[in-house]
Amino acid sequence: MRADLEIIEKWISPESHVLDLGCGDGTLLAHLQQEKQATGYGLEINPDHITTCMGRGVSVIEQNLDLQGLGNFEDQSFDVVLMTQALQAVRRPDVVLDEMLRLGREGIVTFPNFAYWRLRWYLMRRGRMPESETLPYKWYNTPNIHLCTFKDFEALCYRKNIHILNRTVVDSEHRYRWFSRLWPNMLGQIAIYRITR
Amino acid sequence: MPDSLPPDSVGLVQPQTLHFPEPLTLACGQALPNYDLVVETYGELNADASNAVLICHALSGHHHAAGFHSMDERKPGWWDSCIGPGKPIDTNHFFVVSLNNLGGCHGSTGPASINPDSGRAYGPDFPVVTVKDWVESQARLADRLGIQQWAAVVGGSLGGMQALQWSLSFPERIRHAVVIASTPRLTAQNIAFNEVARKAITSDPDFHDGRYCEHDAVPRRGLMLARMVGHITYLSDASMGEKFGRELREEAYKFGYDAEFQVESYLRYQGERFSETFDANTYLLMTRALDYFDPAFEYGNDLAKALTQARCEFLVLSFSTDWRFTPARSEELVKAMIAARRKVSYAEIDAPWGHDAFLIPTPRYMDTFTAYMSRVAREVNA
Repeated sequence: MRADLEIIEKWISPESHVLDLGCGDGTLLAHLQQEKQATGYGLEINPDHITTCMGRGVSVIEQNLDLQGLGNFEDQSFDVVLMTQALQAVRRPDVVLDEMLRLGREGIVTFPNFAYWRLRWYLMRRGRMPESETLPYKWYNTPNIHLCTFKDFEALCYRKNIHILNRTVVDSEHRYRWFSRLWPNMLGQIAIYRITR
Repeated sequence: MPDSLPPDSVGLVQPQTLHFPEPLTLACGQALPNYDLVVETYGELNADASNAVLICHALSGHHHAAGFHSMDERKPGWWDSCIGPGKPIDTNHFFVVSLNNLGGCHGSTGPASINPDSGRAYGPDFPVVTVKDWVESQARLADRLGIQQWAAVVGGSLGGMQALQWSLSFPERIRHAVVIASTPRLTAQNIAFNEVARKAITSDPDFHDGRYCEHDAVPRRGLMLARMVGHITYLSDASMGEKFGRELREEAYKFGYDAEFQVESYLRYQGERFSETFDANTYLLMTRALDYFDPAFEYGNDLAKALTQARCEFLVLSFSTDWRFTPARSEELVKAMIAARRKVSYAEIDAPWGHDAFLIPTPRYMDTFTAYMSRVAREVNA
């Protein structure tokens, strides 16, 4: 189990009804079903991931957030809405955040921190868009169209009156590092936030 | 004639006729005093009868879903691509049951059967049966076969409606419902197409108010037209374009109304073949069953409320170019399932063949279906 997923698991109470936006191959949902008796759905657009989810008994729904939105889900119908490593890939992250907290009591979001020192260094030294383990793409073919930093995300939450309940960081291998917690915007690679209205 | 059967075929199969002596009261208020169902099965029922899968057929349905009746048979059963060893509904794991529904014309009691009250064929007097009635008769079939609970009920189109109805009529007797290329109810456009098909049949001079048998007649032209209209709606513009384009049978226009384009002669051929094998009254009845299906109706048109009855898990699949039952109709169903907090998985398969895509083994369709069913199989063996 990846460390970031372990952190998320700790934030979810037993028998929660969960929606996972961009659920990938369903690893997290399958784990939450087993360990926390969670119910709920994953949303995904990658056909192979959808197939994997179905094979492991995760309820997965093919739905494109950007094109179809989340109008088929009712207000406050989930305990938690998750979105791991997908916020940066959607067309309107701000709208998605609103939607997450319309559907769920709480939201849990993870994204790559663009202010991580190695990325800053890459850009400063080479003058080119950074590539890293967490961002392994060229600027022109990356699915990550809305990269942001810890500070950016928190500023957006402040503007939207979204409360940050918990915040933590892990490295690209999803491990905790004591130093990254000291100075997350510089030393954190992946941000994990738990938010509510 | 094939010398040998394909290794992933269920092989040579034989239908059997089961007689049900108890009366069955139908949604229309009438009762069938007794009835026959023609059934085919593939694979083996396990010791605790937990591995049974029911296949529900579509509009022109047949009990012959997989395998071959003889070595001379040119084509296997209608869903052979999905049923057999190693196929999505893997007969190494599942005991598969497929039947001809009540009102059908392939051996089950229907309009061509003898009405015990009158001693002559039912004809137009055969009561209108609904999807709910079919599910009721299928539950009795399950009893007869010693199946307390289906591992899954699976169907495409009208068959998907039966799978959905199973989840509502007998929530404890079904673990998974697989609803493919289907809809929770017909749109006005769908009903309109059905009405054109029915009108084509009933206005055929050989129809004789449905008593064509007694007149030694068959409303062939009507059936052919009905099938031609239906056929157009099952395909997509793109698939027809790819298959026929504007190709002519001969080189030049003849400026007349014979079949000049290839697509015309194809439709005529399909229509004619259908009219030779299918019963007109059955076609009327099956299209009516489609029209009436609407599980939300009893729940103030609230589909989610209806679905709170269900206990099973659902797999819903749609096809991108299906304009008879569009992906939007499947999404409507999925939305209601989500609102009812039922377990549901949904995928829209990109395929160019329109509604008929549910019969065509495209890779993603087969992968998705196989993944889901393999997980159902694991539960059974657990």
